[in-house]
Amino acid sequence: MLAGPILASETYVFDAASPRRAELARTDLREGLGSWRLAWALARLDLRNRYRGSVIGPFWMTLSTALMIMGLGLLYSRLLGLSLADYLPHLTVSLVVWNVIAAMVTDACIAMTHAEGVIRQLRVPFTVHALRSVLRNGLTAAHSLPLILVIFVIFGHLPGPEALLAVPGLALLLANAFFASILLGMVCARFRDVGPIVANVMQLSFFLTPILWKPELLKDLAVWLPLNPFYAVLETIRGPLVEGGGAPLVWLAAVIYTLVLGAVSLAFFARFRGRLAFWV
Amino acid sequence: MALIEAQGLRVEFPLYHLAARSLKKRLLARAAVRVRTDEANRVVVSALRDLNFRIESGERVALIGRNGAGKTTLLRSLAGIYEPVGGRLRIEGAIGSMIDPAAGMDQDSTGRENVRLRALYRNLSPADQAKLEEEVSEFAGLGEFMDVPIKGYSAGMAIRLAFALATAMQPQILLMDEWFMAGDAAFIGKAEARLAQLVSGADILVIATHDMNIVRRWCTRAIRLDAGRIVADGPPDQVVAEMMAEPS
Repeated sequence: MLAGPILASETYVFDAASPRRAELARTDLREGLGSWRLAWALARLDLRNRYRGSVIGPFWMTLSTALMIMGLGLLYSRLLGLSLADYLPHLTVSLVVWNVIAAMVTDACIAMTHAEGVIRQLRVPFTVHALRSVLRNGLTAAHSLPLILVIFVIFGHLPGPEALLAVPGLALLLANAFFASILLGMVCARFRDVGPIVANVMQLSFFLTPILWKPELLKDLAVWLPLNPFYAVLETIRGPLVEGGGAPLVWLAAVIYTLVLGAVSLAFFARFRGRLAFWV
Repeated sequence: MALIEAQGLRVEFPLYHLAARSLKKRLLARAAVRVRTDEANRVVVSALRDLNFRIESGERVALIGRNGAGKTTLLRSLAGIYEPVGGRLRIEGAIGSMIDPAAGMDQDSTGRENVRLRALYRNLSPADQAKLEEEVSEFAGLGEFMDVPIKGYSAGMAIRLAFALATAMQPQILLMDEWFMAGDAAFIGKAEARLAQLVSGADILVIATHDMNIVRRWCTRAIRLDAGRIVADGPPDQVVAEMMAEPS
């Protein structure tokens, strides 16, 4: 028989009169991010189970994105009067990144309810479940990212070193996905109507965000675009890859949105962490 | 030294998705004792009400009582899963909970993969993970089935694996629900020996059970719960005798 502790923390004290919520939330975050190996293993399992028995597995996502780029590219470049070489790199980056954002937000809604069995039986940091949701979608996304490279090579659109700015952009996207998984995961566990509302918002946002169309087409109204948080985050990746860097205002907006989402989500997490086991 | 101390421990279950108001009224009218509305006008079930007890090193405690008395809820609160709404809870010592055998198992993964997954849930080092794997596959005696997805297991095989996993490590405080008495005859003998070893190695045992033989054989103290309250706490013989004497 193996000796040794099963849980890292050996003393557990809870006093309902002074619940020390912030401290518990901090511990949860620290231990949760520390258990990234667990989150990674669970994310890989999720992916494997989702595509069990399928021949090309997650590459279905790649295939459907590729088909969508081809179809929409041919149609909308005509409708908008743009050349394919001008339009396709924009469409590819926007669509691929949007698919990542949309998948992460929709999945965030089930981040906690999906882990119901674990939450009610084992004492595991709740942040592990949020991290799992982010990693699961990150893994799926990694299968579509090569499409960007393929289109860039075909159309000879080779961005300069400023393309590296897309890396912090990607980091912002992941941070937002993590905070959204905590916040939406908990809110959706408590209020089961929020999931469908989020799905609707995402559908509408797809058309309101410059994905099929280019920001320039808005002419003088384009200055208002940074008010759309999806645009701000999308642009921190699209800008460096397609336009040779994004506008400073867009970066500022994206950072502010991330900080606000982070603050709201962590505050909510600290306040309601203890109730989650009763919600799922 | 291990210790469990509860002062005024209170746990309430909110019934969130009780949408129909008429249903809510009916429930409230009928069972005014444990189902009530709280300050925020939500319907809550009082699962545990003002529990006070102190369990010290060396004690073997049986939780007894009818279905729905709050035994499993108390175990889960002690395991740190349900956060109390009132009172204080202090637990010193590494906890091992054997509440749900299938907790954290992935049905599509093989037995071996599930062992690795459990090692990650428990935050084990790679060396301990390898030890756990060896230990579990030897004790469960599943042979080649260790590499078959567990949804293809028979009920008995699933129990063997769950039991081997749950009992592979020696905790200081052992929380146990009475699911473990299943499996074939040969395995039960093996399982009992293992349990006896685990129980004697733990500083504190808390077990929820209906089986009075277990209470008499293993426990030094019995706590009887009824409708979320402690109605008796003392030596097993006395508490069990009192319960038997009561008309049910």
